[in-house]
Amino acid sequence: MKHKTFFWFILPTFLAMFFFITLPIISVTIQSFHTPHENVLITVENCDPFGCKKATSINHEATQKLKKNNPLGKYVGLDIYFDRGHLAIEQVKNLWSNTNNFLEFLKLTADLPFYKALFFTLTFTFTVTPIMLVLGLLIALGVDSFNQKLKGLIIFFSLLPMIVTPLIGSIILFWMIDSRGIVGNFLQILFEDPGLSLKASTFLTWIMLIVYGVWHAIPFSFIVFYAGLQTLPKDQIESAQIDGANTFQQTIHIIIPHIMPLITFVTLMQLMDNFRVFEPIVGFNAEAHATSLSWIIFNDLGGETRQLSAAATSSILTIFGIIILLSPVLIKTWKEFEFKK
Amino acid sequence: MKLFLIKILSSIIFLTSTSAFACSISARVSIVGNEFPAIQTVGSGAKECKGAKVSANLTADHQKINVAGMSSEPAEYTSAIVANTSIVALLNEDLIRPLDSLVKKHGKDLKKNQLITIDGKIMAVAFMANAQHLVYRKDILKKLNIDVPKTYEEMLSAAKKIRDAGLLKNPVGGAYKAGWNLAQEFNNMFIGYGGSHFKGNTAEPNVNSESGVKALEMMKALSGYMNPDFLTHDSNATNAEFRAGNVAIMNMWGSRAATLVDVDGVSDEVKNGMDIAGPMTVGGGKTPASTLFWDGWTIAKKISDKEAEATFIAMTNAIRPSIMDKDDIRKQAVWLIDGYKPTEAAKGVFAAAKMSTTPYPMLPYAGLMHSAIGKEISDFMQGKESAKKTLSDIEDAYRASAKEKGFL
Repeated sequence: MKHKTFFWFILPTFLAMFFFITLPIISVTIQSFHTPHENVLITVENCDPFGCKKATSINHEATQKLKKNNPLGKYVGLDIYFDRGHLAIEQVKNLWSNTNNFLEFLKLTADLPFYKALFFTLTFTFTVTPIMLVLGLLIALGVDSFNQKLKGLIIFFSLLPMIVTPLIGSIILFWMIDSRGIVGNFLQILFEDPGLSLKASTFLTWIMLIVYGVWHAIPFSFIVFYAGLQTLPKDQIESAQIDGANTFQQTIHIIIPHIMPLITFVTLMQLMDNFRVFEPIVGFNAEAHATSLSWIIFNDLGGETRQLSAAATSSILTIFGIIILLSPVLIKTWKEFEFKK
Repeated sequence: MKLFLIKILSSIIFLTSTSAFACSISARVSIVGNEFPAIQTVGSGAKECKGAKVSANLTADHQKINVAGMSSEPAEYTSAIVANTSIVALLNEDLIRPLDSLVKKHGKDLKKNQLITIDGKIMAVAFMANAQHLVYRKDILKKLNIDVPKTYEEMLSAAKKIRDAGLLKNPVGGAYKAGWNLAQEFNNMFIGYGGSHFKGNTAEPNVNSESGVKALEMMKALSGYMNPDFLTHDSNATNAEFRAGNVAIMNMWGSRAATLVDVDGVSDEVKNGMDIAGPMTVGGGKTPASTLFWDGWTIAKKISDKEAEATFIAMTNAIRPSIMDKDDIRKQAVWLIDGYKPTEAAKGVFAAAKMSTTPYPMLPYAGLMHSAIGKEISDFMQGKESAKKTLSDIEDAYRASAKEKGFL
């Protein structure tokens, strides 16, 4: 393609990306280096139906003046990055020198909000992604060998988990796994433990979230792989069959190499998707047992507290996380591209 | 015939003029607020006004949207219905306007104790009081000869008796959902043990104390008699448990208790067995382990004076004394409105007020403390760490956020 044609093709996308991705990220980055000004506090008398009493309040005129002089807030550099809500440098240092063994250090570090969320996010990402890849491929292979007439119906039903909105899907499942719900009750009978509750144990909550994540993501990998299977080189398969290769050997040596680019693509998409896991935590009311980086951002932004700087910092750290996570795949793709050139 | 026509015409004119007189506004009114029955009444009361559009967005997520919805210029919401907890966020951001002149002009029906003043300026108009108190099944307690619990210690022993008798497996209910609800239960218990959240008049945290440890231990003991999923139960879910007959004693909001069993599908056993009592004390203390709340409305700062006036008229109309004539509305809450006569359902909140329950503090940094408690406390409830560690985690988490927000 000519450079000029390429330029005009890419321009709309480039502009949209610049305005809706680049600029917000720059703004969030700047925000993460600033905090609100110190509030000028005064003691005033407040009265309500229960009587009057002296209480602390914010002096808005004085605070407003500070804000007007410096609308961005107070520059604090990397302070927020290092505070207890994020990288917690000081706390981690203390733990390192005050704990006796590495396991204890890990356990106490994982109690800090950021590392707690990171720990769950990574566990979720690195269990859901591979399971979903394998199951998606198996389903695609299964459906592909199905009777032509039934295929349409099967594909439709296999896609259902993706059609359901994640939040709605997780709320429905939340009630099904309740100790009085159909799944929860069934498990109690199955394990003969009437006190069994999926929602009360951290371990079971994690498993539940991971199962939900897999359930929700499989249709995506399935449909991509299924499309890939339609382009299989028939002659190669036939010659392999003549050579006496069984189905497993055919899958390993012909099908998988053939759809390898698709596997890379799905892996990339799913790593990104799973790293920003959020809806199931809200839907399953699981915040007591599992938090993710996205959930921290949501929690900081919501409610009465509205910690914008904290949320901005978590966002930047999440972006870094995604970059680190994707870099091996990206480097590999880049190398292949160079090699082909 | 002519006379007849004139009669009809004049009566039509009279009718339209009275209804217009009742409440007519000339600018938009847009309300955001929580969604329990009394607030729904206020929302629909404001909607009776004619002349301009009145819309109400009543949702449990109101605290997540009211600040953003009132920060724009002009503000999306002209009025936010708040409580003494949630008004702080609006005050901190300077998003609501003083109402003194509007009260003078249109507020003749408001009583003085309805006017919330901050530093001498009227910032909100309260219409109801609220508190958490005991809700219980008198039939179950009677069956086992248990007196109505007055302290949390008695609640524990009652729970044990009910469980041992095999009546209910998890007789205690409580809104212990991780986050705001759980933190609120801690606040109650902490105050009941005589704790105070901050050092003097400063923003320095003060929860890592003996009262804090005792409060946590009491909550842990209670949770032993709760549905194992208690960390996912907010007040709606807790009420559902009560309605289903799975819970016999619980600490519940007055605003929800009154209409608790007025829904379809509640068995007569639960309906007739339900009763209300005052809040409980704990650890031999005199102050109840509960907090007093008021609910009221505010008017946005970033709107035109015309919209502010329309909003004031509509909101005052919604809480006019004549709504107290209707029994079903009277029952919904402990109204602060002129002419309110307490119903049977109000005795819990009244007892709370009489026992001089501590009002929830209207402090600029109270919300940060509340959310720090909500974030850190669930580890203790699951038995993952000690009470001391949780309390120091709360203080650390609070310090980090208070530093960021410019309070420390």
